[in-house]
Amino acid sequence: MSRTVRGKVAVVGIGETEYYKRGEAPDAEFKLALKAILAACEDAGISPKRVDGFASFSNDRSDPSHLAAALGVDDLRFANMQWGGGGGGGSGAIANAAAAVATGMAECVVVFRALAQGQFGRFGQGPQRDVIAGDGAHTVPFGLMSPAQSFAMKVTRFMHDHGVEQNALRAISLASYHHAQNNPRAVMHGRPLDEEKYDNSRWIVEPFHLFDCCLENDGAAAMVLVSAERAGDFPHRPAYILSALSGSHYRAGASVHNTPDYASSTFKTVVPRLYDMAQVKPADVNVLQCYENFTGGVLMSMVEHQFCDPEDCNEFFVKDNLIAPSGKLPTNTSGGNLAECYMHGLGLNIEAVRQIRGQSTNQVDDVDVALVASGPMVTPVSSSIFGTEATL
Amino acid sequence: MSYLNPGLPKPVPAPDGLDSPFWEAASRDVLMLQRCGTCNEFQWGPEWICHRCHSEDVGFEEVRPVGNVYSYERVWHPVHPALKDQGPYIIVLVELPECSNVRLVGNLMGDPEQSVEIGAPVQAFFEHHRDAEPPFTLVQWEKV
Ligand SMILES: [Zn+2]
Repeated sequence: MSRTVRGKVAVVGIGETEYYKRGEAPDAEFKLALKAILAACEDAGISPKRVDGFASFSNDRSDPSHLAAALGVDDLRFANMQWGGGGGGGSGAIANAAAAVATGMAECVVVFRALAQGQFGRFGQGPQRDVIAGDGAHTVPFGLMSPAQSFAMKVTRFMHDHGVEQNALRAISLASYHHAQNNPRAVMHGRPLDEEKYDNSRWIVEPFHLFDCCLENDGAAAMVLVSAERAGDFPHRPAYILSALSGSHYRAGASVHNTPDYASSTFKTVVPRLYDMAQVKPADVNVLQCYENFTGGVLMSMVEHQFCDPEDCNEFFVKDNLIAPSGKLPTNTSGGNLAECYMHGLGLNIEAVRQIRGQSTNQVDDVDVALVASGPMVTPVSSSIFGTEATL
Repeated sequence: MSYLNPGLPKPVPAPDGLDSPFWEAASRDVLMLQRCGTCNEFQWGPEWICHRCHSEDVGFEEVRPVGNVYSYERVWHPVHPALKDQGPYIIVLVELPECSNVRLVGNLMGDPEQSVEIGAPVQAFFEHHRDAEPPFTLVQWEKV
């Protein structure tokens, strides 16, 4: 039982820049990273010079040594990148940082993600070149090149296998937009969504309407992790890490859509380990942040995290079940990647910490356990569970 | 005859040679896939060793170009300038039951607004682009 991070590490600081539409950030990406880290340190009441580690994911371009130099860090001890998986690395980076703190490799690690797509180009656009070789040669010439196009066939197959209707996807989008209306930071604040607007929105790729797809944004987010022994020395209520880990099933990375378990969010092998480490059951989770690249990924992630039987999706996925404070499982309570900001999912982890602190703009009553699922349908994926001191 | 408007990136064999036999065969209206000479199972995309038995004896073998629709999608929003005026198009993921259930990606020939059934039988259609530079052939699919 000693081989766990459960209860050994806590998040004591969170920080974000303002969130901008893609390409509209007034700052360079590296400066956005610095601003988020400074905000997280201020929230924790610590000097940035005392940070001694950095962890990120999805090949973030802000290099830890460069950050440490820019911040005047005294003693860099940990510089970590979670490989692969894009947004699937969000909780994985937290897991890596927590492991470093729990084992004494570092004392105060910042997990961060910064994105300025105006500066560096977009995710949701196809490659514009003359020829293509390798795995892409077997997909791109058929017009299969964007993330939406890469995941739609997984969702279609899952919906076919389990009789899931479009309205189940719609409910996920409605819940996110509902939450964003109470969140002044949200890019979609003041832009509500109803059933009719969803139904009339254009298809991106079936089964995804426009409102099933994440935003593309500029901004940065960061959180500060320290050991549980020190967690009481900071101004805010600590969010203890009960579990954080990553992984993927057998040959999840098989190329040209050849993974055997195709219609999956990739969480099936991760989830039993996640709950085991946290010593919680799905029914103990008070609030969920579930990465939305696309609503279909949320649906499959929630099934694979055992919140809903695959055959019951049409009954479970209705807006009233998913909204704070009264829903059965309030989900994406900041508006998430669909309606708050697409910060590659680190924003979802920050929202989970807010729920533990009692500071969300869509606060759920009496939160003790908050779960984050990062990056469905990619490989590896990752999840994290945060708890209050009462859960230790 | 080309299913999609011209201008997408053209496929070329990988510089390391891993999938060259596939492209060469397609230009002759033949479907060749990778098969392990030790355990006789197919795998796709091609790998340097067999993922089942780790044999390096992996070669290419001609297979019957037939399969079933495993999944599909109808794309409406173009993400490449070449497809700006394309309108909707259908991508299918085809499973080949005679070849260890490996899957290939292609387009489904015909009306882009046709209904598609998961499990429907399909056969390959070799779409040649002989005048392209470099020339290439796409393995497309049509309902049987
Ligand atoms: Zn073999």
